Amino acid sequence: MALGVALLQGALPLAGAHKGRADWMQLGRPLAWAQLALVTASFICLTLAFVRHDFSVLYVASNSNSALPLPYRFAAVWGGHEGSLLLWLLMLNVWTVAVAIYSRSLPAVFVARILGVLGLVAVGFLLFTLITSNPFERLIPAAADGRDLNPLLQDPGMVIHPPMLYMGYVGFSVAYAFAIAALLGGNLDATWARWTRPWTTAAWIFLTFGIGLGSWWAYNELGWGGWWFWDPVENASFMPWLVGTALIHSLAVTEKRGSFKVWTVLLAIVAFSLSLMGTFLVRSGVLSSVHAFATDPRRGLFILAFLVIAIGASLVLYAWRAPTVGLGQRFALVSKESMLLVNNMLLAVATGAVLLGTLYPLFLDAMGLGKISVGPPYFDTVFGLLMAPLLFMMGIGPMTRWKNDEPGSLARRLRWALPVAVVLAVLVCWIAGRIAPLTVAGLTLAFWIVASQGVDLLERVRPRGQDTNVLARLRLLPRAYIGMLVAHIGVAAFAFGVAMVKTYEIERDVKMGPDASTELNGYRFRMLSVREVQGANYTAAQGQIEVTKDGKLIAMLSPEKRVYRVQSNPMTEAAVDSNLLRDLYISMGEQLPNGDWIVRVQHKPFIVWIWGGCLIMMLGGFLAASDRRYRLRQTRQATSTDTPTAAGGAA
Amino acid sequence: MTFTSHRGLGRALRAMALGLVLAAGANLALAADAPSASANPELEARMMAMAAELRCLVCQNQTIADSHAGLAEDLRQQIREMLAKGQSEREIMDYMTQRYGDFVLYRPPFKATTVLLWVGPAVLMVFAIGTLVVVLRRRQKLGDDAFDPDDAEASSPAEPPAAR
Amino acid sequence: MKAKLLWPLAIFLVLAVFLGVGLKLDPREVPSPLVGKPAPVFKAPSLAQPEKVLRKEDMLGKVWMLNVWASWCGACRDEHPVLVAYSRAGGGVPVYGLNYKDKREDGMGWLNQFGNPYADSLFDPDGRIGIDYGVYGVPETFVIDQAGVIRYKHIGPVTPEVLRNKIEPLLKQLNKA
Repeated sequence: MALGVALLQGALPLAGAHKGRADWMQLGRPLAWAQLALVTASFICLTLAFVRHDFSVLYVASNSNSALPLPYRFAAVWGGHEGSLLLWLLMLNVWTVAVAIYSRSLPAVFVARILGVLGLVAVGFLLFTLITSNPFERLIPAAADGRDLNPLLQDPGMVIHPPMLYMGYVGFSVAYAFAIAALLGGNLDATWARWTRPWTTAAWIFLTFGIGLGSWWAYNELGWGGWWFWDPVENASFMPWLVGTALIHSLAVTEKRGSFKVWTVLLAIVAFSLSLMGTFLVRSGVLSSVHAFATDPRRGLFILAFLVIAIGASLVLYAWRAPTVGLGQRFALVSKESMLLVNNMLLAVATGAVLLGTLYPLFLDAMGLGKISVGPPYFDTVFGLLMAPLLFMMGIGPMTRWKNDEPGSLARRLRWALPVAVVLAVLVCWIAGRIAPLTVAGLTLAFWIVASQGVDLLERVRPRGQDTNVLARLRLLPRAYIGMLVAHIGVAAFAFGVAMVKTYEIERDVKMGPDASTELNGYRFRMLSVREVQGANYTAAQGQIEVTKDGKLIAMLSPEKRVYRVQSNPMTEAAVDSNLLRDLYISMGEQLPNGDWIVRVQHKPFIVWIWGGCLIMMLGGFLAASDRRYRLRQTRQATSTDTPTAAGGAA
Repeated sequence: MTFTSHRGLGRALRAMALGLVLAAGANLALAADAPSASANPELEARMMAMAAELRCLVCQNQTIADSHAGLAEDLRQQIREMLAKGQSEREIMDYMTQRYGDFVLYRPPFKATTVLLWVGPAVLMVFAIGTLVVVLRRRQKLGDDAFDPDDAEASSPAEPPAAR
Repeated sequence: MKAKLLWPLAIFLVLAVFLGVGLKLDPREVPSPLVGKPAPVFKAPSLAQPEKVLRKEDMLGKVWMLNVWASWCGACRDEHPVLVAYSRAGGGVPVYGLNYKDKREDGMGWLNQFGNPYADSLFDPDGRIGIDYGVYGVPETFVIDQAGVIRYKHIGPVTPEVLRNKIEPLLKQLNKA
């Protein structure tokens, strides 16, 4: 039924817009609501099936178990392919309805087109679900008990990680719909950019959260202390993020100066295309990954067809309509516009590199040229090298004036920032005990960003003439500016965390029996005992480890080695003591014949700054998206002219 | 406007320095009481570094360093023995690829089929910069009518003054 | 002006073609680099008679198959009847087993229970010979020719179709040479 509604939602508003029929266009909103209601009902049914242990549903039997605790029964709804698709659909409908609600001030034709495009996307997914991936297939006779949810997924992080990711992926469909609608209507101007920006930033925030959460979860859950593996599915989520970041910046220019329209539209299409392609990669069996769902080439074929149609059509539309869009206002070779162009270019190259590395094994295999693997050694090197210039530009871009600036003036304003950054970096390395050139470089870039933002902030709040109240000037700064400042600092924090952890983390493997202890970095780890613990659906050997420093108790950590009863695979639950300065990470390895356990103890300095950086980035995004100018409602006339914004002032 | 208490800032800075000193403790770690899990920790560290570059063929999405699979343990043992015998990293990697092919290397080797992979990002970069330069130069030469008219500078009051 | 706007589409279509081809491939299958190369030398005790030593040199001059198996391996159970039938039918090449990372009693017991199609089995408790042969998942089967060169490796259980379509034609061809 939802499919029928979606078809209507897809077809009518678009046709209506084309023909100028107001009544068809108006159907967009109610149809969006109807679709949401239907899909939600579907989702609730599936959830109830899980909660009630209905093992006559094949999907429930494959992903749940009578002993599975209730919260994880909720999470199991999206633990497998079919259910996760339903979640995708639900998210899509939520975003669509959100657009329907918050678009009162947009012209009807435009809204109709947007809702129409979103409807068509929903059609694709609904068809896919109904034809190949029905979560409600029956298992007759019903199973006595279920196969249980993969133990790796039985963790609080897992409950929110996929929904957040999907909110991000799907959120980019809004930017996509805006772009397509603009191409169709031929009106791509600063106002369009202003409408699109908050939606895109919101999607970006969710995706940042989803990826950061996934990384943090892997660190805590997988037991070996790693937090990013360049797994194909991780890359599939990272690429839309990179493009999304470029898109946000590109939209900024289009809104402010009307430039980059062609770029912006292309980025919007590419961001969503990468989201769709990520969906394909995870479910088709084309790449081998820990994240991959049970695969079925038939599904892969369907998604591929959908991909070709959707993206192909969008790119054709782009090629056809883009020339009519115009170049926007002029800018000089050294200007904020050109800096942002360089930024986008670097992000695009980074995305291309990640794509190349992810798909290269497939390329070679498809051409019969053998099988290779492309893993962290490649990506770390390549991506790191590409990020360096980007981080450097992050220090310069925000400082550069719009339209026209002089390199000399820039250099002068920043003349202290770089040396200060270098000195700080060397100092930090020296205190930490080892001065490694790469680390100094990484830390310099992180400090450079903070320093340059600091210079910029100071310039803006410094007393000028009569106006001596710094605090007042601070309060007057537009929220969007603060958002940018905060987000960039988040990136710097992230870079700092990565540089410190990768350079200075240490680990030690020891054999521990009762009362054995070892020391790492001034912390003493003493094994008190190992005892057997029964969980709801697992049995575990739990170590009690006392962590002290200079005799003072720091923490009691309880790493576990669990065996889940149903799937009988062993899992390591690491125990972590976290603070801003370092993580102490303990995991249990194998048990030795004499009863002792192999225990790995790790000291990871500043690792929480990695995820802290993500959170700060999200905060920055939120601040930017909630800037006053987006929230003020304006009575709008038909709008292909480039009127400077009426309310709120620009930033 | 003053910073929030200097004392608070001082404390924060001291905590940071402490954190760094702790990180430095890496070089000052005292001997552990519990015996190391391996007979030769230095060899072990070298082995793990190499194992982190090798792909476990059983699970396929973990390194040999992290995998608990039987084959992974056997191969770690193999590397240990080869290192103890004094063989070089190159020889050990060759040993692995002779038996399992290039698939087992997480760092793709540089050969004819992977040239595009290794050189690709650099080529992309050069191409992108080149395009950028060309496009920007070309735009500088266009007449003003190709562009939208400049707005009265809608610059925010917070922008730094143009004259410095 | 128009042409450069078509680049994204062109790149995408090329990508789509590769993805489509990828659907037919199995990313988890690892082909052996040893095919076409001399089989690694081995010297192992026989599973049944520990004093008897089996060496690669003894195998030269005939075409034979090496089947990697273990008593703890479920898939080996599936393929075993095929091998047993093959050896009983006669007229084929000798099949030697490589008992991989197993205990002697378990291996012998397994053969007693399910039949023994092997001319003999090498006992490889540490899996060293397995590593030399690039074994990563049991069962695996190699076809080795008179000169001691590996001509074919099959990963996974040998099914009647594989035997009929891939292995037997190859054996016929090798024996003619």
